[in-house]
Amino acid sequence: MRNTCLQTVHDLAKKDSRVIFIGSDLGPGVLKDFRREKPEQFFMEGVSEQAIIGIAAGLAMEGFKPYVNTIATFITRRCFEQVALDLCLHDLPVKLIGNGGGLVYATLGPTHLAIEDISILRPLPNMTIVAPCDSVEMKSLMKKAIDWPHPIYIRLARGGDKIITKEEENFTIGKSVIKKEPGDALFITTGTMTQIALEATKLLEKKNISCGVMHMPTIKPLDHDALSFWIPKVKKVITVEENTLMGGFGSSILEFCSENMQFHTPKISRIGLRDKFTENYGNHDELLEKTGLTVKTLYEKVLNNFK
Amino acid sequence: MNNKLNNEALNIKLDQRSKTLRKLIVRSLIGGGKGHMGAAMSLVEILRVLYDDMINFDPKKPLLSERDRVVLSKGHGCLALYAILVDKGFFPASELDTTSQVDSILGGHPEHAHVPGVEASTGALGHGFPISVGIALAAKIKKQKHKVYTIVGDGETNEGSVWEAALLASKHNLSNLKVLVDYNKIQSYDFVKDVSKLEPIVDKWRSFGFDVSEVNGHDIKELKKNLELFINNSNNKPSVTICHTIKGKGFYFAENNPEWHYRRSFSKEEIKKFDECLR
Repeated sequence: MRNTCLQTVHDLAKKDSRVIFIGSDLGPGVLKDFRREKPEQFFMEGVSEQAIIGIAAGLAMEGFKPYVNTIATFITRRCFEQVALDLCLHDLPVKLIGNGGGLVYATLGPTHLAIEDISILRPLPNMTIVAPCDSVEMKSLMKKAIDWPHPIYIRLARGGDKIITKEEENFTIGKSVIKKEPGDALFITTGTMTQIALEATKLLEKKNISCGVMHMPTIKPLDHDALSFWIPKVKKVITVEENTLMGGFGSSILEFCSENMQFHTPKISRIGLRDKFTENYGNHDELLEKTGLTVKTLYEKVLNNFK
Repeated sequence: MNNKLNNEALNIKLDQRSKTLRKLIVRSLIGGGKGHMGAAMSLVEILRVLYDDMINFDPKKPLLSERDRVVLSKGHGCLALYAILVDKGFFPASELDTTSQVDSILGGHPEHAHVPGVEASTGALGHGFPISVGIALAAKIKKQKHKVYTIVGDGETNEGSVWEAALLASKHNLSNLKVLVDYNKIQSYDFVKDVSKLEPIVDKWRSFGFDVSEVNGHDIKELKKNLELFINNSNNKPSVTICHTIKGKGFYFAENNPEWHYRRSFSKEEIKKFDECLR
């Protein structure tokens, strides 16, 4: 997913001289072809996230289309005020690409995990947040993001994620995708939690529980139409996110229901990260297991509601 | 610091033009009943020289592509910026009477979306300078000829983002960028030297790869000469001018007095003194 994302920036830069890539201090050789072919559009500016966001803002004010890339937590926590004021207050079309959204950098510990990036960006006016589920969706998204006139945060997952998006699916910012039509219950997911939810629905089928999956690659703005259409049709809704439950994706669904369809709010439960820093390392899958973001957790949560 | 830049040297008499601009600032202060008085008064001559003698702009076309860009990174000095923008015809002087009021276009910090001539919304410190680096980099990429000026407060250089931006301006040889440090030696709490030591300020900027000079920030001729050198320079370095100034300049009761960084209200007596000082 990351390779697809960055490669797409390179492809876009070939066609549009206003596309500028700014990395902080990425791994050796990242986008080396881009750097060689378009040195005037490629910048690696060091461990200076605050200045980088300001510089990207200045470039965007002058008509460029900057793509800023670094580890998700550094592009959100470290330079939050710059994102809020330089980008969102000025409403500039800067793309923030966050590597390793959620628990991806498991081995590196809590300093490198983006467990609340969704929660801290959501309240910012003018900000758009997307979390695609696989590289096919990522590619489609990147082609749309180039002309998006507002700041946008693109949350990358681990990479090598199971492809569940069809080539012909046309990504639209702000629109959800029904990956599986609901019957009794519905998972509402974002990012690569969608793959886990789809697996859980297969187990539920064996228990004669028909559970659908609504994938929401755009976390902000929410697809109000889809939520209004599908939530009333099911008995149970479970949101799933690789982010803290405080103020994140699931919270946004609850907020929407509380304001627009209060009658249905009690049927919503949320799965996500608890209000604590992780205390384990290992690999991404092991940390997902430790924090309960697994097929089994999702399966049991629905099953318990239909016993 | 040489003797030409000590407090005695900075204590030069204001001419009528400088008093006129200060009258506009006072109008804003009285309009809002509050404001960053000292922080605005120290940078009047810096803005005056830029807009009177140096920069290309068109008040009827504030977004003219060829304009020189001026970013007030120390956004709390905005009353001085409002004054010069009014003086140049960007918006009517009557707006000053509404400063900080609920429906005014003029807030306690300047906003690009509301005020014609304001390049960037600043106020949180350490933002305008990095944005200016991006603007200067854009001009360099596009091979545009205009210059980028950014006015930074001395207290503002406590921010790490200022030094991150300085490193990158230097890396990119942004010779089209001029940083003007309003070195009035006082920040919100107290004297700068007692809050976070900046000296040796010249050596710091020089070590970051800047072409560094110092001027009396109230001396029109000196400022003009300094900026002419920048405009005509042929080196490939970004440039900084340390402008030695007096906080609250022009008002004996406010000069070098930390109490006048920001005022929440003004007594009748104080308003009378404003007038007296500008006669």
